[in-house]
Amino acid sequence: MEKMARVTTALGGNTITGRTMFCHLDAPANAISVCRDAAQVVVAGRNIFKIYSIDEDQFVEKLNLRVGRKPSLNFSCADVVWHQMDENLLATAATNGVVVTWNLGKPSRNKQDQLFTEHKRTVNKVCFHPTEVYMLLSGSQDGYMKCFDLRKKDSVSTFSGQSESVRDVQFSIRDYFTFAATFENGNVQLWDIRRPDRYERMFTAHNGPVFCCDWHPEDRGWLATGGRDKMVKVWDMNTNRAKEIYCVQTIASVARVKWRPECKHHIATCSMMVDHNIYVWDVRRPFIPSAMFEEHKDVTTGIVWRHLHDPYFLLSGSKDSTLYQHIFKDASQPIDRANPEGLCYSLFGDLAFAAKESLISSDSNRKPYIGDRRHPIFFKRKMDPTEQFEYISSSSTLSVFETDLESGSMDWFVRTAKQYALAGRPLAELCDHNAKVAKELDRDQVAQTWTMLRIIYSSPGTVPSANLNHSLGKGSTSLPLMNSFNLKDIPPGIGNESRLERSKGESRSENILMDSSSTLINNDENEETEGSDVPADYLLGDVEGDEDELYMMDHENPHAEEQEYILPQEAFPLRHEIVDNPSALDHLQDKADSPHVSGNEAETVSLTPVESFSLISISHSLYENRLPPDFFSPIVRDVLLFYAEQGDVQMAVSVLIVLGDRIRKAIDEQTQEHWYTSYIDLLQRFQLWNVSNEVIKLSTCRAINCLNQASTTLHINCSNCKRPMSNKGWICDRCRQCASMCAVCHHVVKGLFVWCQGCSHGGHLQHIMKWLETSSHCPAGCGHLCEYT
Amino acid sequence: MEEREGEVRWDGLCSRDAGTRGAALENVRQAVLRRTAEISPAEEDPSPESSQGRSASATARGRLNEMLARLLMLSKRCPFRDVREKSESILSSVQELGIRIPRPLGHGPSRFIPEKEILQVGNEDARMHTFADSFAALGHLDNITLVMVFHPQYLESFLKTQHYLLQMDGPLPLHYRHYIGIMAAARHQCSYLVNLHVNDFLHVGGDPKWLNGLENAPHKLQNLGELNKILAHQPWLITKEHIERLLKTEEHSWSLAELIHAVVLLTHYHSLASFTFGCGISPEIHCEGGHTFRLPSVSNYCICDVTNGNHGVDEMHVSPTGSISTTESFCEVEALMEKMKQLQECRDEEEASQEEMATRFEREKRESMFVCCSEDEESAPTRDVSRHFEDTSYGYKGFSRHGMHVPTFRVQDYSWEDHGYSLVNRLYPDVGQLIDEKFHIAYNLTYNTMAMHKDVDTSTLRRAIWNYIHCMFGIRYDDYDYGEINQLLDRSFKVYIKTVVCTPEKTTKRMYDSFWRQFKHSEKVHVNLLLIEARMQAELLYALRAITHYMT
Repeated sequence: MEKMARVTTALGGNTITGRTMFCHLDAPANAISVCRDAAQVVVAGRNIFKIYSIDEDQFVEKLNLRVGRKPSLNFSCADVVWHQMDENLLATAATNGVVVTWNLGKPSRNKQDQLFTEHKRTVNKVCFHPTEVYMLLSGSQDGYMKCFDLRKKDSVSTFSGQSESVRDVQFSIRDYFTFAATFENGNVQLWDIRRPDRYERMFTAHNGPVFCCDWHPEDRGWLATGGRDKMVKVWDMNTNRAKEIYCVQTIASVARVKWRPECKHHIATCSMMVDHNIYVWDVRRPFIPSAMFEEHKDVTTGIVWRHLHDPYFLLSGSKDSTLYQHIFKDASQPIDRANPEGLCYSLFGDLAFAAKESLISSDSNRKPYIGDRRHPIFFKRKMDPTEQFEYISSSSTLSVFETDLESGSMDWFVRTAKQYALAGRPLAELCDHNAKVAKELDRDQVAQTWTMLRIIYSSPGTVPSANLNHSLGKGSTSLPLMNSFNLKDIPPGIGNESRLERSKGESRSENILMDSSSTLINNDENEETEGSDVPADYLLGDVEGDEDELYMMDHENPHAEEQEYILPQEAFPLRHEIVDNPSALDHLQDKADSPHVSGNEAETVSLTPVESFSLISISHSLYENRLPPDFFSPIVRDVLLFYAEQGDVQMAVSVLIVLGDRIRKAIDEQTQEHWYTSYIDLLQRFQLWNVSNEVIKLSTCRAINCLNQASTTLHINCSNCKRPMSNKGWICDRCRQCASMCAVCHHVVKGLFVWCQGCSHGGHLQHIMKWLETSSHCPAGCGHLCEYT
Repeated sequence: MEEREGEVRWDGLCSRDAGTRGAALENVRQAVLRRTAEISPAEEDPSPESSQGRSASATARGRLNEMLARLLMLSKRCPFRDVREKSESILSSVQELGIRIPRPLGHGPSRFIPEKEILQVGNEDARMHTFADSFAALGHLDNITLVMVFHPQYLESFLKTQHYLLQMDGPLPLHYRHYIGIMAAARHQCSYLVNLHVNDFLHVGGDPKWLNGLENAPHKLQNLGELNKILAHQPWLITKEHIERLLKTEEHSWSLAELIHAVVLLTHYHSLASFTFGCGISPEIHCEGGHTFRLPSVSNYCICDVTNGNHGVDEMHVSPTGSISTTESFCEVEALMEKMKQLQECRDEEEASQEEMATRFEREKRESMFVCCSEDEESAPTRDVSRHFEDTSYGYKGFSRHGMHVPTFRVQDYSWEDHGYSLVNRLYPDVGQLIDEKFHIAYNLTYNTMAMHKDVDTSTLRRAIWNYIHCMFGIRYDDYDYGEINQLLDRSFKVYIKTVVCTPEKTTKRMYDSFWRQFKHSEKVHVNLLLIEARMQAELLYALRAITHYMT
């Protein structure tokens, strides 16, 4: 309560002052109502019925209307209303169906005036006529509305809603004869007080009960309704059909709505369950409340503006047994806390970004991307600047960035995964091969990394350890903001920032490679894989015919020895972030190297004006003395961490596998396991089952290793007798026949066996494929329409 | 899908397309005949087979029997004529091969209601399409559906809700849902529902070990046991501490959404158990106890047949007392109608004071404790269902009787429409709507008939029943005069209501017969619908109020 404000408003003679304050009631309140002069408030509930005067600093209890030894149910109020013409007159609706009027002018302690016991069920609402002193309206659970003349003992007229309970009744403020009633079944009816036989008009306003309604104090045609369906709707009743003009979606069922005085579009609401706050909405801005009062600890049951013409004071009663006066200055403004930027991906990788206009134009570092965007969409919305409490300009910009399909593809990932060699050959060869693969894919940095790894680790005897001159560019950490705007090439389906960055300039972005030796190995293993790991999803095996070509690493060998000396320095424009290199920075070299960006980047360079990257260059050895490979462990570790950080977990894992024990100890187990699982997950998403299985096999983490040991059983039926094959091998123990006969050539199948899950028949992969080209029925003649996926 | 032995595909039968059904039936036929062929030689010369072989053939025999029982069910209960006829022909062809086929025990879905009163499956009727819907969804028509179809409007809503709770999107995994259903039904020893859901539970891949008792289920479900117990018998004792205990245990804690789902399931099955006993639902034909392979012989009549009035011996429904009391009970109806009329017309005649009204509620509440079935009534056949819950002794206890004073629950302070609905719908979207609809339909259902009279406004009577049930749970409506209950509900009716709602397992046919003797069976089923919905709402109100308290 530090920020309590004291507000003084002058209203035609009488002044209202006050601050945010509260007082404890003895019992939960059900409803509150204010006296015409805004100086007193009445609080009613099941066990409370009191009048408080609103002083400047506090509420003061003036009168307890709940008198008598054993208060009857007549005091158990569901609603209370204070007459706006006569300050001595109150009416309450009791839960037992009685409507009671109270006359404060009575000299006795008991102010109870009249008792109407005409309703059969709980009365939900009572309402005085705004200008007529003696006219009182009630709406009850029994589906009837009754109009009472306080000078008579009984009701003057009864209106039957012809439906379930009436939840609210409200006299129109301007229309003398009209009142609105809302119903539990979602309907709103308009009645003419003179015609009790039939409603004038009826429309369905909500799905489920309409708990409340309120006529607009100024605009005679507007009626606001709130329902259990969590909506507040504003209806224009001037036309023939009630027209919904505004709709506010809240987060809980709406118990009360009250138009804010003097503010045409503002409305206060509170909810019946779960949500304890009071909101004031601008109905034209239905997504965020313009003000919010969060004082109550249980649901708010009654809200009322303190004075008919004062928009700054709101009174509220709650189930938490407190009565509050809220001052608008102390309200919290959710809009201050809202994040005014929005970012969203579409299914196809397009990205929409909305932000305040000012924010975007103030972005001095980059030129506006109007050029980049193929289909930019702008819209602006200006709010009425005269509107009060409109602190934040609401004009904003929405931009949509389209994905470039070609460059956004993840081809490089798949190809790298397939072509990388991870094991089975000497380290140097593996590195060279992988470097070549990366090079072919225009991923120079990756290729360079491989080459360096080879230099660092392989054949220490022959290769004098290269002297690595790492010159560090400074700017590479400044990527994020800039890059996030360069969205042209986002790979579909991948949404993190590092991807954004990579795809932009494939040539030098850090990617991960994989190898084809994996597929070679898989060739031998194929049968086993199919039989064990992946039950039946890819019965037509994934072995591709062209893999062997990948092994022709023709021009790789010549460089075996001198490579590190021949390598032109321009070939090393690597972006690198390693910070721990102590070697001297060679600025000259740095400069010489940096222009070497790939052509790919040249296209995109305009999009990313500031794109600095660090360089690693390898110069001729300055030091003759060899360093033990261990010396580089921290560097390599950082390299791997860097790649993983950039989202290129492929590289991290591949290097990890290739280097094996050389590096493993430098990286903690958990990180390794994390990389492995990420990479395997990626591979499986691209359906690179063989590669992923190989990675699993080659991994040294126990947790990963056991991944392909799970659920390795494949249940099959004998194609002859259709029973499950229980024993090992291919002979069915029931019919004593070989179960794995090819249905096309009738020979025993060795190697790849594919079969239909419906009829258990199958055969050689090639044969079945050929067969299915011409026929869709089972080759065994069983009549089954075979399906192979 | 790979077809495994013993799993004949039945799902094709649920299709609405006659061709698909035909194909599926043909498959079934072949499977049955194949199995029959496998078995018959083994039965003919058992000698050369090893003991292993014999046990294998015994299990094969068991599987065949399962299939035959299923076929028997189809031949009786499938809404599609072609399936019924074909199933029957398969059965008879099997019989010709010398294999014993099962026959149904009892003659109808209910032990209380003569079969001829119940809509025959196969009659061309507008209600058939409801059956077809249900059949298509479940693969069988259960007896509950067959009895509820007296009130098709309600049935539709009921099935929709149940389907949503069990099959559609929800926070709980499928096998949990069935297991919770089993837990809830077991509280009332309702073997019918337990059997039904044990099948479903296993079908969705539940662990059979859990069925050996709650202590074999995961901790999370065990924690729910306490709530289940209180909810079933003394819902007014639920406090926010109970909720907190479920939500706050570190390891096996429930999320709010899961809890709401579980609570809805629990209350649904508690009240469904009430219906099962209240209408004397007989076991499903294809479940245990619903059929026999023994040949019919005189001594073999099942008890339920006899008590049922289904059997030929006492075909006349009007029981021995009937002839004497016809006129008497005729007057009962008249008198009841007269009273209703009076209450409706001149309510203000005797204006009762507030104190009087309060006393009336208290009196009704108190009396409802003593309206109690005598304990010596034969107890329903309890089977091995008690294993699903501990502490059998913890039954319904009236509050006054044990000196406990429970503050009266005022419906005006926490009602389903205003509060409960919002909470449920918030945490388990759409279900609030479905349940709300169901309550509405049950509460407002009327045909404006009473026994032989037409154009009667039954709203006072329905409201009296509803409020009486809530009164038993301590729920008070400020705007209701509880004196009405006394005038409208006579003692035998109160006994029935009380028994069905609080201790459904003790319901007997005698109770069912002895109230409202002149009323139709459909009207008694209607009463049951009111009972179960009112009970469900009462339990829900207490549970949801506790959750609300927990949340604020």
